[in-house]
Amino acid sequence: MSTEMQKVFGRSAGLTDVPFSFCPGCTHGTIMRLIAEVLEELEIIDNTIGISPVGCAGFSQNFFACDFIGAAHGRAQAVGIGVKRALPDRMVFTYQGDGDIAAIGTQHAIHAAARGEKITSIMVNNAIFGMTGGQMAPTTLDGMRTSTSPYGKNTATEGFPIDMPRLLANLPGAVYVAAVSVDSPKEIAKAKKAIKKAFKVQMAGLGFAFVSVLSTCPTNWGITATESLQWLRDNMMPVYQMGELKVTEEVAKL
Amino acid sequence: MALERKLLKGNEIIGEAAIRAGCGLFFGYPITPSTEVVEYLSAQFPKRGGTVLQAEDEIGAIYMCYGAACTGNRVMTASSSPGVSLKQEGISYAAAVELPMVIVNVNRCGPGLGGLGPAQSDYFQSTRGGGHGDYRTIVLAPSKAQELYDFTMDAFDLADKHRNPVILHTDGFLGQTMEPVWLKPRPEQPELDRSWVVDGAKGREKRVLASYSLTNEIGEANNLKWEEKYKHIEETEQRWESFHAEDAEYLIVSYGTTGRISKSTVLNARAQGIKLGLIRPITLWPFPKKAFEPILDNLKGIVTVELNTGQMIEDVQLATKCKKPVYLYRRQGGMLPTEHEILDFVVDTFNLTNEEA
Amino acid sequence: MMDKVVIAGFGGQGVMFLGKVLAYAGMDADLELCWIPSYGPEMRGGTANCSVILSDEEIHSPVIDLADAAIVMNMPAYEKFAPKVRPGGVLIVNASLAKVENPRKDITVVYVNATDLANELGAPNIGNMICLGALLPHLKLVDNSKIEKVMAKLTGKRPEMLAINIAAIEKGMSL
Repeated sequence: MSTEMQKVFGRSAGLTDVPFSFCPGCTHGTIMRLIAEVLEELEIIDNTIGISPVGCAGFSQNFFACDFIGAAHGRAQAVGIGVKRALPDRMVFTYQGDGDIAAIGTQHAIHAAARGEKITSIMVNNAIFGMTGGQMAPTTLDGMRTSTSPYGKNTATEGFPIDMPRLLANLPGAVYVAAVSVDSPKEIAKAKKAIKKAFKVQMAGLGFAFVSVLSTCPTNWGITATESLQWLRDNMMPVYQMGELKVTEEVAKL
Repeated sequence: MALERKLLKGNEIIGEAAIRAGCGLFFGYPITPSTEVVEYLSAQFPKRGGTVLQAEDEIGAIYMCYGAACTGNRVMTASSSPGVSLKQEGISYAAAVELPMVIVNVNRCGPGLGGLGPAQSDYFQSTRGGGHGDYRTIVLAPSKAQELYDFTMDAFDLADKHRNPVILHTDGFLGQTMEPVWLKPRPEQPELDRSWVVDGAKGREKRVLASYSLTNEIGEANNLKWEEKYKHIEETEQRWESFHAEDAEYLIVSYGTTGRISKSTVLNARAQGIKLGLIRPITLWPFPKKAFEPILDNLKGIVTVELNTGQMIEDVQLATKCKKPVYLYRRQGGMLPTEHEILDFVVDTFNLTNEEA
Repeated sequence: MMDKVVIAGFGGQGVMFLGKVLAYAGMDADLELCWIPSYGPEMRGGTANCSVILSDEEIHSPVIDLADAAIVMNMPAYEKFAPKVRPGGVLIVNASLAKVENPRKDITVVYVNATDLANELGAPNIGNMICLGALLPHLKLVDNSKIEKVMAKLTGKRPEMLAINIAAIEKGMSL
């Protein structure tokens, strides 16, 4: 009988050795790991350029093993498009928060989808501006308390949550649009599948691929890590349409 | 092969020079009076190889430039004053990440929507680092078709050499006027350091291009590094044209369209026996301070001719350490002075009718 | 030596094209030149004007305060640009559309019924070339032979246009 141990789980080659610095219970790390695994499995780590703007998503520059570019708030997709147009055979993905993509950078998301830019965009939606201390985002839910909606978000004056996947799925250039979650092992498996497909879409040069991932922010939601997963299920999932919102025929064949 | 001489609009010349400088990427958004740049490249790039993309807005265009520049490829955008205002955040980011790129500002007059006429009202914006933070962009000011061509090429070389955004600062008059231009080939350039380029980490360590300083100590170190670069550029890249300035008693300082008009003024003055000269800044940043040292003692007074409320005049006062009186002659709102109006101002200001005539 | 020419009229009267013909003739003669359009809000209709400077030496100031010659294709153009011809200069007036009273005495005024003559030639839009023909004898740096050569290039894609343009220029010269 061999005493040698077999390694069955380890750090993905898509990640560096830099330890995640996220708050306890935050699911950013899970999502990053899924992307890293996809990069590794598709063997594109050294052919990929990631772009992340500011916010918690911005830390990804240190965590991923691929080349990375830091962008200004909201501009990751425009930067990614510049990279992709310059180097069409490289894989380009953006890793952005909801505050980024659904607020200050919405125009880039819409036009990336309209033009069918051959990049992959991952949006992490935790219904709040996380890194800056929990301000209201366009994804913040009705009645939700944040530091800039201390009495609860009032949709009459502050608007309704924007469901980016539904918005972008309307545009012909967006060929793959999915909304997933990482609140349970089952959902994590689905999320990884969606992320992988979004990269395969780009490898096949089919068009714009967009995956929204619901994520927790226990720190700014003011609840425990465990509670936050349930809060996400109870409050976010009913508001945001989940699943594959758009799979064109060509994408379905992948 | 004989050089080709072509009749083109100023904005088209910028596009042609960019192609011939090896720029294969253009991201822009149409705005009068710069639109012919994107129009020209939209027609030419598909035939000659190159990518032109009309972005969703000016902000998108500058960040596409930012992304493309990260890959080490030559990239350009062009706009006019309000559009360049929108791009400023991106220019600041590009300066911080030290990205070579060429930004064309075909100035219109402002503030606000302003008008389409020629102006130099963006001088401060161009020369002070128009966005947030403490940075500089190299600024080239052409005054005629051939310089639009030559300086566009120079802009790419300077951007690469110093890893810094370069602004081609022109105006609607130069952009819309057709003049003949010699389509000179691009001079040989030294091999560039590409060890910073982000293009996929095949066979090397991963690279990150980003501008955030996690600690104040890192922040200060970055600022010192950039400061050193800017000082080096100030020392090595000042450019100007000296026109009858060597023995001048009176001096005009003017760039771009008015610099060119002022040459006629100088010739007219000389014909009348007035020792008038011209310093025409070619780099607006770094401002050509060195131009003034050898001629300053001889001067009785200086006039800056500008298409704004007086912006460059501050740099002239600094460069001459206020040792000589400096006066401003300006037109605004899209108006251009004639060579005679400038001379009348010089004559009146220095009371030359009594003294010389 | 320099020819500073201003051309003005309604949009659609071929003002810009007239200027371009002069500019390309200057190119062909290896001259220095500027073709300067009015590019302000005016370019969206209404009056149009452009100016052309031809020179055998470098052109410094491209701003024309007083022109050597002006072609005015309508009344508003006459009113705006007749005062901007230098004393001793030439003013070509499209007399079909500009009814001039008390013209300046210190310049040469040439009246051309350009619109009427163009209609007679069967090409209503060719009035600009008739005016150009009337201007040519007054220019120092380009002549008809250079214009004809350039016209052949400019109308290359529509050879039928060459004959009518040349005929119009000759008509203008004969006046």
